[in-house]
Parts: sequence; structure tokens; C-alpha cells
Amino acid sequence: MKQSKLVFWGFQTPCLIAFSLAILLPMAMGIYYSFTDWNGIGSSAVPNGLSNYITIFTNDRQFAYSFRYTLVFSLAAVLLVNLLALGLALLVTQKFRGSNAFRSIFFLPNLIGGILVGFIWQFIFSDVFDGLGTLLKIPWLCNWLSTPQTATAGLLIVVVWQMSGYMMLICIAQIQNIPDSLLEAASIDGATRFQRFWHIKLPMLTPAFTVGIFLTLANCFKLYDQNLTLTQGGPYNSSEMLTMNIYNTAFSMNKFGQAQAKGVVYLVVVAVITLTQLFFFKRREVEL
Amino acid sequence: MQKRNSLSRQRALALTACIILAAIFLFPAFLLALNSFKTLKEIYKSVLLLPKSLNLSNYLQAFQKLDYLASIKNSLLITVGVTACATLFCPMAAWVLARSKTRKSRFLFALFSLSILVPFQCVMLPLLRVMGSLHMMNRIGLMTINLGFLCPMSILLYHGFIKNIPTDLEEAAAIDGCGPVRTFFLIVLPLLKGIGATVAILCVMSLWNDFLLPSLTINKAGLQTLPLKTYLFFGAYSKKWNLGTAALVLAVIPVVTFYAFCQKYIIKGVTEGAVKG
Repeated sequence: MKQSKLVFWGFQTPCLIAFSLAILLPMAMGIYYSFTDWNGIGSSAVPNGLSNYITIFTNDRQFAYSFRYTLVFSLAAVLLVNLLALGLALLVTQKFRGSNAFRSIFFLPNLIGGILVGFIWQFIFSDVFDGLGTLLKIPWLCNWLSTPQTATAGLLIVVVWQMSGYMMLICIAQIQNIPDSLLEAASIDGATRFQRFWHIKLPMLTPAFTVGIFLTLANCFKLYDQNLTLTQGGPYNSSEMLTMNIYNTAFSMNKFGQAQAKGVVYLVVVAVITLTQLFFFKRREVEL
Repeated sequence: MQKRNSLSRQRALALTACIILAAIFLFPAFLLALNSFKTLKEIYKSVLLLPKSLNLSNYLQAFQKLDYLASIKNSLLITVGVTACATLFCPMAAWVLARSKTRKSRFLFALFSLSILVPFQCVMLPLLRVMGSLHMMNRIGLMTINLGFLCPMSILLYHGFIKNIPTDLEEAAAIDGCGPVRTFFLIVLPLLKGIGATVAILCVMSLWNDFLLPSLTINKAGLQTLPLKTYLFFGAYSKKWNLGTAALVLAVIPVVTFYAFCQKYIIKGVTEGAVKG
């Protein structure tokens, strides 16, 4: 008995130490700091009750804006990413020669890090779109990153370009799980191609959407690198997402206490939204 | 006959759609490569024209300014080191958590699983404080913290897999007098190769592309990783797209090479990681 206890803790220790240092301890400290006037420079952090939370909710328009912006952006991205992913998955699972190569191409952007992706598209949106706009005399292609609407559209394009390949893979795995006999039986019964898609494939794909939407939501809420290198939150902070707002509150304004309060709110929002979505979708999954 | 025709027509349509979509997907990469051979003047004149000559001087400059080989070495060191630790320590933890049915073990596992939801910005500021006061603002410190952030996902994946391995083998080994340490390394660990590859792929992808944490902790000359160095490079040469495009091509090369060689594992890994996680 004693030995098994030793083994239990011994095997656990490396992970537990790293995990405590990275997440547990900072999490606990973070909750405490969110109730203090910590400024990040000195070690002093005097408790000031709820004042950080009151400030960020009542007297911080940029935070409210970033919050709404992140939410709306994530919803739009979830919709676009998953629709495109479904389309791509349906295309590459048609059995034609070379479909695997296309699968690889569509997935490739996902491997490239956010920092690089942001810079790559900065080049496309600034120089290439400008060039195309002047060449073809389409004024709205020019200065793509300097108006709020087009900058947001740009960020959305980048996210869709990067994430849909990943969700496509998840959809493909699920499509391959659908037994051929089911589809054949349906077509013998006279189901059209659309009916087979709508009544068989789509319901059987719900588990893929559960995972896909969960991951897209979580990734959009955590988006930082692309936001930083594509628009830097600009023009005029109009594309500043939550993560960047927290970073700037801490490092540009030295309001660490408030930034930490935002961090706590951010965690609660991420947890509530993703868990609600998981719960809601799990119920709709079709058992075979 | 007619059915066959409609089937092949459907395939031809799918193929055409795929070609068009792939062209759109690869369009940025194509333009990047195209312009990386041009002079700045040529880029200003037109981004779409072919370069006048195959001019490599952009690459030479970008190579130097990025400290290319040193940055790759720094990135590799962190990526390989942490991935090795994660694929050793996480299965150890997951195994004892899966095999022990005590309340403590269930609590710990729940703690690990729930932490998957914790976003980085939520713990970022206190984390810097912890690292600062423990003298961890260095490469070892960063690697320890990286391991900590990868633990929840990795343990969850290993745990899910180990749960479904029958305990017969381990029991037989115990009867034959094999201690728990040897049982784990000689019997359990070899069974975990498949899931280990999945975890390794997921770790490599997140470590190689990691930016924010390294930028806050090891932002010193000589230690910077490739994403960090690329970011600094653009801070210094923001509108010089002749160098910028070359730098981006260089920075993308390692990932594309890795993908070319391990494509099968990567695709299997991310699919499994997503579906099981």
C-alpha cells in the first residue's frame, strides 16, 4: 500500500509541478490580484474590493467594445469556417484521383503559426489588393486594412483560410464513418442526392460539428497572434479583440489589477460559452 | 450506363471545384514566393508581374537579419525538449490517474481536464510574477511552463486511451514480480506509441508556433525563436516587402518541410486529438 502511494505521487510529480507553476498557482494569484490595485511594477498590491470589476464594466468603453467585437467576430467565424469546412469535406470525399493532395493543400494553412499568417496576409491586403485595385480600377480593394469594416473582413478571411482545413479533417473523419450501406439503401428507396445529404449525412455529421464549433469558438476567443500582426487592433482600436485588450491594459496602461479582472471575466465567458455549446450539441448527436 | 455517367460527371465537377479552391488557398503563397525575388521598386510597380531576374539578394539579407539558423536552433531546442518531456511525463501521470480509483485521483484528473479551458491571458500576468520570483525567466523556465500548459490536453488524451487498455497484462506482470516502474516502461509505454505520436504532433505544432509566452520571457538576443525573430524583423523593416516576403518564405520552410515528411501522422494526429479531446 505504501509503495503504491509512492508510485502514484512519484509518477505524478513532474506534470504536477509544471502544471501548478503554469496554471494552478497563477490562476489562484490571478483571482486575488483582480481584487487589488496591482500595477505590475512594484510588488505592492493593496486590496480594493470590487473596484476593478466595477471599472471595467461601467467605465471602460474599449473593453465593452472588444468584448462585443470578439463575440460577434467569433460567431461569424464559426459559421463561415464550418460551412466552408463542410463543403471542402464533401468535395474531397468524392472519390476522384488526387483528392488526397487537395486535402493536404486545404489543411496546410493550419500549420503555419499565427504570427506568420498575419504578416503574409498583411502583404496580400496592403500591397496585392492595392495593386489589383488600381489595375482593375476597383476602389474598394485599396487600403483594405485602414477602414474598420474591411479590416474586420480581412481578419475574418484570414481566420477562415487558416481554420477551415482543420475542421474539414474532422468532417472527413465523420463522413468516412457513415456506412455505405445506409446511403445505398436510401438511394434504392429513391432518395435524391440532396435528400441523402440532408436526411442522412448531415444528421450523422453532428458530432463533427460539436467538435468543430467548439474548437472554432475556443480558437477565435483565444485569437491574438493574427490580430497582432495583421491589424494590431487598428484602425483606431476597431479590431482590438479581448486578448489584445487585456494585454494593452496591462502593458500599455500599467493597470495590472484591471487587466487581471478582465482575464477572470474572460475565463468565465470562455468556459460558459464553450460548455453550453458542448452540452447543447451533445444532446442532438445521432446514435446509430 | 446513365448512372455511371452522372457519377463521373459529379466527380469531374468536384475535381474542378477543388482545383479552383486550391488555387484560392495557395494564392497568398504563390504571391509571396513571386515577390520575394523582386526588388522593392519592382514590387511597387506591380505585385503581379514576374520578377525580371531570379534575384537572391533578398533571401541572403533576410537570412542574416532573421539569424535564420540560430532562430531555428532555438525553436527546435524548445520544441523537441518540451515534446520529449510531455511524451514521457504525461503518460506516467495519466497511467496512475487511470489505474487508481481513489477520490484523490479523480479530483486530480478533473482538475487537469477542466484546465483545458483556461486561456493564456487569464494567467499571463501572475505567471510572469511567479516566473520572475523563481528566477525562471530563462529557457529552462519557459520550457517548464510550456510543459505545464501542455499537460491538461496530453494527459486527457493519454488517459482516454489507457482507460480502454485491459489491465490483464499489467496484472500478469505484477504476478511475475515486475514492479510498477518496470511495468510502466516495459509494458504500458510501448502500447502507447500510437497515441504518443498524436500527442507529440499536437505539442510540436503548438510549441513551434508559440509567440506570446516566449516574447514575454526570453526576449533576449541569442535566445529568440523563429516566430519571435520574424516579429522583430517586421518591426524593423515594416514596409520593405522585398525583404519581408523573403523572410516569410524562409520562416514557412521548416513547417512545410515537416509537413511534407510527416503528413500522414500530422493529419491522423490532429483528427484524433480533436475528436478524442
